[in-house]
Amino acid sequence: MTEILTVLSKKKFINILPKLNRRHSTLLRVTFSSLILLCIIAASMLLSNDRIATNFDLKNLPPSMAHPFGTDWLGRDMFTRTIKGLSLSIYIGIIASLSSVIIALILGMGAATLGKAFDTFVTWLVDLFLGMPHLVALILIAFTVGGGAKGVIIGVACTHWTSLTRVIRAEVLQLRSAEFVQISRQMGKKPLWIAIHHILPHLVPQFFIGFVLLFPHAILHEASITFLGFGLSPHKPAIGVILSESMKYLSTGMWWLAFFPGLLLFVTVRAFDSIGENLRLLFDPHNAHE
Amino acid sequence: MQLEARNLSFRYGKGPLIINNLNLELKSGEILGLSGPSGCGKTTLAKILSGYELPQGGSVKIDGKSIPSKGFNPVQLIFQHPEKAVNPRWQMKKTLNEGWSPDNELLDSLGIEKAWLKRWPNELSGGELQRFCVAKALSPKTRFLIADEITTMLDAITQAQIWNVVLNKARENNIGVLVVSHDQHLINRLCDRVFIGK
Amino acid sequence: MLEVNNLSISFIQYEKGLKQKTIQVISDLNIKISKGEILAIVGSSGSGKSLLAHAILGILPKNALMSGTILYDGRELTTKRQKKLRGNEIAFIPQSVNFLDPLMKVGSQVRSSVSAGEKKEKQRKIFDRYSLDSRTDSLFPFQLSGGMARRVLVASAVVGGAKLIVADEPTPGLHPEVVNETLGHLRELANQGCAILLITHDIGTALNVADSIAVFYSGITIEISPVSDFSGKGESLRHPYTKALWNALPQNDFNPIDGFQPSHIEQHSGCPFNSRCTFKSSECVSKLPLIRDVRFGKVRCYHAT
Repeated sequence: MTEILTVLSKKKFINILPKLNRRHSTLLRVTFSSLILLCIIAASMLLSNDRIATNFDLKNLPPSMAHPFGTDWLGRDMFTRTIKGLSLSIYIGIIASLSSVIIALILGMGAATLGKAFDTFVTWLVDLFLGMPHLVALILIAFTVGGGAKGVIIGVACTHWTSLTRVIRAEVLQLRSAEFVQISRQMGKKPLWIAIHHILPHLVPQFFIGFVLLFPHAILHEASITFLGFGLSPHKPAIGVILSESMKYLSTGMWWLAFFPGLLLFVTVRAFDSIGENLRLLFDPHNAHE
Repeated sequence: MQLEARNLSFRYGKGPLIINNLNLELKSGEILGLSGPSGCGKTTLAKILSGYELPQGGSVKIDGKSIPSKGFNPVQLIFQHPEKAVNPRWQMKKTLNEGWSPDNELLDSLGIEKAWLKRWPNELSGGELQRFCVAKALSPKTRFLIADEITTMLDAITQAQIWNVVLNKARENNIGVLVVSHDQHLINRLCDRVFIGK
Repeated sequence: MLEVNNLSISFIQYEKGLKQKTIQVISDLNIKISKGEILAIVGSSGSGKSLLAHAILGILPKNALMSGTILYDGRELTTKRQKKLRGNEIAFIPQSVNFLDPLMKVGSQVRSSVSAGEKKEKQRKIFDRYSLDSRTDSLFPFQLSGGMARRVLVASAVVGGAKLIVADEPTPGLHPEVVNETLGHLRELANQGCAILLITHDIGTALNVADSIAVFYSGITIEISPVSDFSGKGESLRHPYTKALWNALPQNDFNPIDGFQPSHIEQHSGCPFNSRCTFKSSECVSKLPLIRDVRFGKVRCYHAT
């Protein structure tokens, strides 16, 4: 009897506090991460530009209620600068990683379907870009097209498509030799029809995951080339600019100039990473049911 | 009509010749068995006959005319593993109607339930999936059917069910069938004539 | 040697969206194997027979739930014992060489399954026994021919001194010569005192070598019979499905009954075979019959005699 009671009470407990299954917790994490990013974008729109105007009355203030991240040597509110910088980074990241993924999709599909010559060319191009250090290529491209946001976007887009192209090419090659695709061909289906109906649906997960996982890369690279002085102009509230400027003031004890922007950059990147990682787990057939 | 393979030879890459100067005819309405030890190229021959592989030497023709490489192939192949022969991201209805729309009579005779059409491939067993693959291949445009160990992985009852349907349809549409199997009992039961590979 | 009592295995799977459901794949399974005996489990694909092997070896996937008991050598086979015994006393013969490490030469791979003593010597001895010469040692799994691959798989299973061998579909679609050779090895091992559980969809294979046959239908054992009962028109078989299976063989009538095996997706009450059965009565629909002894075998049917 007591056994039955404990079983019953256990059941009840489960009913009150629903046990989270993998999909629940994954979705929770994805929503939470997306919320953080949305908050940053929304906040950057709400915060007025007055707060980052030069105001020498308020210079070099440590963090307080009015200025949660403190102010810099020109009296600009660091919180506003950080948020605006991050949201700019997010925009740049979205455009840059989206274009990388599209390049990868086109080149990868093309390499696997358009014949030997194109395939050799794409493979050569991938090797070329993978062969040289990422950052060097990025700086070269950004510098050649004239720097600024345009330079950063083009730079990141042109350097980050390589590994995803390889993945997509391999995937398409494998799909092309799959029995169900070959049967489709013998049923008289045209190559374009097969590409749209059989092959593309299998690439959707790769596409999304590729996009989300490229995003933190894009942001970090935007920050790093701006930090090195090849990216956005110093007047823009960019994370890279903030971090590189604050280096000069670190030794004077103004730790908040680098600490909070750095921390928030880290949080943003982690948020995106966790979205990508969780999406991958959801799409992966091997542990989809765990 | 007659499906003819003349002086076929085939090798993968630079490997040894798997098929060497092989000749084979399959007449309309004929049920021909193909057996031989494993590794003798039974599956490769099946793939060449149905246009999945191109031979390095020789040719496959119907009544002396070569088979067009575009459009519906009158020589259809059914594979051993139905799990690989259907797109895992397609509902069964889409897979079934990819080449032609099988009528209810054929679906009933194969024992395909209406409810299965809305399922995904991973929700059906191998035997159930193979019924779909057979229905797909038995199009009115099919003149020859190459069955490569299509019931090897199935239980005896499903095997007998599927073969009864295939034999009836072959008789009805005057289809020539090549039965590739290592099961001597099955070949003896089904075939008019047996071709032994080396 | 091995006794499985009331084993049930179910899976938790996602339906559309966030809902999870539990599906029962094996229900209420009872089998027993003694030393020197080969028990074949015959069932069509999707009937859940491979999961039984996974349960005995303790390699069920994470989303599987198991109830019931497995006794090995009279004591319960716990996860800890499974880990200890797996690979030596309890061995597994898989379907294909894909289960071997593709980047490791087969000789050293088999040596790694030897736990004690002169590894090299033991491996050579076992390879000699299965007529695999010393050149085989340095081959990679993909270089093995069909017959050699079978022999390597058997060798690597028994090199650790196995007492219980679980063979899951050990001869899939192979040529009769290779099948007979592999089954011959199993018989030889049984004669030396091994208990062997042979899992297959091919009743022909089972009839060739097993002492008794357990027939699986929709995750339920419906009959366990000595091999000698599979003869003639199947008069001495107990369950109507077993009779139908026997009569559908190409060497017998090749005459199939209608219908299909209900899968775990279709929830059934009562006997899963009732929709195809000519003896169907009201009790068959309402309640699953218990397994009972009939003429030196077991059957799960109200009407069997």
